[in-house]
Amino acid sequence: MIGQLMNLNATELCLGLPGGTKAVESPAKSSVRNKRGFSETMDLMLNLQCNKEETVDLNNATASKEKTFLKDPAKPPAKAQVVGWPPVRNYRKNMMTQQKTSGEEEASSEKAGNGGGAALVKVSMDGAPYLRKVDLTMYKSYQDLSDALAKMFSSFTMGNYGAQGMIDFMNESKLMSLLNSSEYVPSYEDKDGDWMLVGDVPWEMFVQSCKRLRIMKGSEAIGLAPRAMEKYCKNRS
Amino acid sequence: MAEEEDLSEMTNDVERHLKLDPPKPSSSPPCPSHVLENVLENVLKFLTTRRDRNAVSLVSRSWHHVEAQTRFEVFIGNCYSLSPARLTRRFTRVRSLFLKGKPRFADFNLMPPDWGAQFAPWVAATARAYPWLEKVSLKRMFVSDDDLALLAVSFPGFKELVLLCCEGFGTSGVAVVANKCRQLKVLDLIESEVTDDEVDWISCFPEGETHLESLSFDCVESPINFKALEGLVVRSPCLKKLRTNRFVSLEELHTLMVRAPQLTSLGTGAFSSTHDGAQGEQEPDYASAFRACRSLVCLSGFRELTAEYLPAISPVCANLTSLNFSYANISPDVFKPIIRNCHNIRVFWALDSICDEGLQAVAETCKELRELRIFPFDPSEDSEGPVSGLGLQAISEGCKKLESILYFCQRMTNVAVTAMSENCPQLTVFRLCIMGRHRPDHVTGKPMDDGFGAIVKNCKKLTRLAVSGLLTDQAFSLIGEYGKLIRTLSVAFAGDSDMGLRYILEGCPKLEKLEIRDSPFGDVGLRSGMHRYNDMRFVWMSSCRLSRGACRDIAHTLPSVVVEAFGSDDDDDDDDEDDNADYVETLYMYRSLDGPRKDAPKFVTIL
Repeated sequence: MIGQLMNLNATELCLGLPGGTKAVESPAKSSVRNKRGFSETMDLMLNLQCNKEETVDLNNATASKEKTFLKDPAKPPAKAQVVGWPPVRNYRKNMMTQQKTSGEEEASSEKAGNGGGAALVKVSMDGAPYLRKVDLTMYKSYQDLSDALAKMFSSFTMGNYGAQGMIDFMNESKLMSLLNSSEYVPSYEDKDGDWMLVGDVPWEMFVQSCKRLRIMKGSEAIGLAPRAMEKYCKNRS
Repeated sequence: MAEEEDLSEMTNDVERHLKLDPPKPSSSPPCPSHVLENVLENVLKFLTTRRDRNAVSLVSRSWHHVEAQTRFEVFIGNCYSLSPARLTRRFTRVRSLFLKGKPRFADFNLMPPDWGAQFAPWVAATARAYPWLEKVSLKRMFVSDDDLALLAVSFPGFKELVLLCCEGFGTSGVAVVANKCRQLKVLDLIESEVTDDEVDWISCFPEGETHLESLSFDCVESPINFKALEGLVVRSPCLKKLRTNRFVSLEELHTLMVRAPQLTSLGTGAFSSTHDGAQGEQEPDYASAFRACRSLVCLSGFRELTAEYLPAISPVCANLTSLNFSYANISPDVFKPIIRNCHNIRVFWALDSICDEGLQAVAETCKELRELRIFPFDPSEDSEGPVSGLGLQAISEGCKKLESILYFCQRMTNVAVTAMSENCPQLTVFRLCIMGRHRPDHVTGKPMDDGFGAIVKNCKKLTRLAVSGLLTDQAFSLIGEYGKLIRTLSVAFAGDSDMGLRYILEGCPKLEKLEIRDSPFGDVGLRSGMHRYNDMRFVWMSSCRLSRGACRDIAHTLPSVVVEAFGSDDDDDDDDEDDNADYVETLYMYRSLDGPRKDAPKFVTIL
């Protein structure tokens, strides 16, 4: 799923983990609420449209429902991924995914020096007396990261980010109100040394390019916004 | 009454056999049933297997009663097959409980979360009825922290907790168990989802010597306090089995091994060093630590493996009976020198990264192999597939004592499967997963019917079968006809028509558990099993061709079978689903003594 199209015109974003992704149908309720340690690997087609205010609804988003069976007895196309096939438990799949992102591909990854290929980044929060470290490969989504950061720095919540914790960059007024608030906003230093707002790129891209995290007051992060917007647009052209 | 006559006859026989004195005469003759109870109790204590006990309990009311008094271990294969109240009414002296919850296909996201299988009502009922309870094993149950807390305070003599594929709890629940269960011998968390509540649960074990014999927490995805773990190991002289998680480094593992050379089973954490290769620093002598563990027979773990450290296990290889490499991406070159020493291996799990070449090495060395599981490193349909029929055939030729196999691959041939059926007559479990759906024999292009047919024909002891690849109804005809001992059958993306299902249901006399997904079996097939469902533990059919009407018919005809229907989406979603409102996405039905459950969530319809 790496390098999926991010087509500004279509305003669609695809998220997924490298290798082994599946089109998982979101089961009945919002699966993000579970007390599960691992969220299911998701291949989402998020629609971020300029005019719509509502947040993305996970239940509607997923595609490839295998209901074709009832209407069409012919076999499904070979390449379409199916829920729960091959029958490998999530636990094992998660272990393998961890291995792939932090294992043999070490050589090509920039994180090789960090011991074991983990994506360890320092996290600082303005006003907090100490730094923490997080291993980004431990998380599967912005939501996971947000939950973890919230635990570490209890006054921090990644508020108005919408589903999956991604910033709705297309909604300028929403973005501005976020940055004008006294709420904390996470920013990160990317490969190029630029400070960006967390949530602007798909998760896996973020993991690859994030060098450092800084949780700052929204009002301070305003300075990042124009640059972030610029870079965001550049990435998409 | 005829029954009493029989009983007194039996009593006489038993008394004579056991040389028991006849009861002394007194003013009122002793009630025969009390005598019988005493006698039977002494006899039934020798019966331990479930089957024997179930048979005994059917003899008569008295026998049923006495058997119930003397059954200390209860196994419940489906937590919804009876209510907790019924359990506590019938069995009064239970010391050990094994409960299974969700059906296996729930592991593959085919069941919505919050479906059920809560441990809560069970722990509540047993807390009242069996304060002497010592052992609880749960598989695929939803266990909350509160449940664990209640367990920890309700059973002062509690000794063993095993949670397999469970979820719903976190490290805080584990901490309570560690702290309050002072007699704890076994705490095994296996392939369960354990939320990280950031609680240092290892430190919650009480001070002083513990009774711990087994501690497994390899599935706990959070760092642990190593100093506390080391201290715990030091004061647990009975510890035989230790499975750490990946947050325990190799250096730390070394420390633990030095502290506990009496270990028989070790699950390593991360099998790689955090050393930056700094020159002056000495690395611990890992091989010598392994050498010192003379009793080590079982090794697992090997997360985040750095190949250069693997030879450290060589000193113990010759003693190993069980080796689990299934979380380690090991290439054949790294693997072969290691396995060459493992002559005594009986259970071997690995990833397909060892390739057919690695399997060949296993076949040449591991003549005692009983169980083999090969998992895919890349579990997708389009992956490379480093193992094939060649590996399977090699194993069959080298490991003649094989009893159980689980094999994931991308391509397979009927020839290889047939070879296994002929070379391994002891097979009781044959699970082959050809990952590409509907994939035929990759050499001949024919369906895999012949291969699986050979398995059921030649492996006369087969009790569990999982099929895959391109299969026609003919394959099911063979399975139905020859699968005389099969108790569990798994089918996915197979068959042509209702006949396939009919063959199974009209054959396979011992079938107890049937799980089917994405196969063209419909109402006709389903109805053909009407005479069987009372005698089966459960039937699962998802993404087949079932209609509500047929499912409802089953429910009405068989009142002791609970019929659940659900989909994987909310039912009150789209209007255009009306056409398919009759379609049953998932059918899960099971026999139950106590009728439909009361805790079914909204999306489940009990017909």
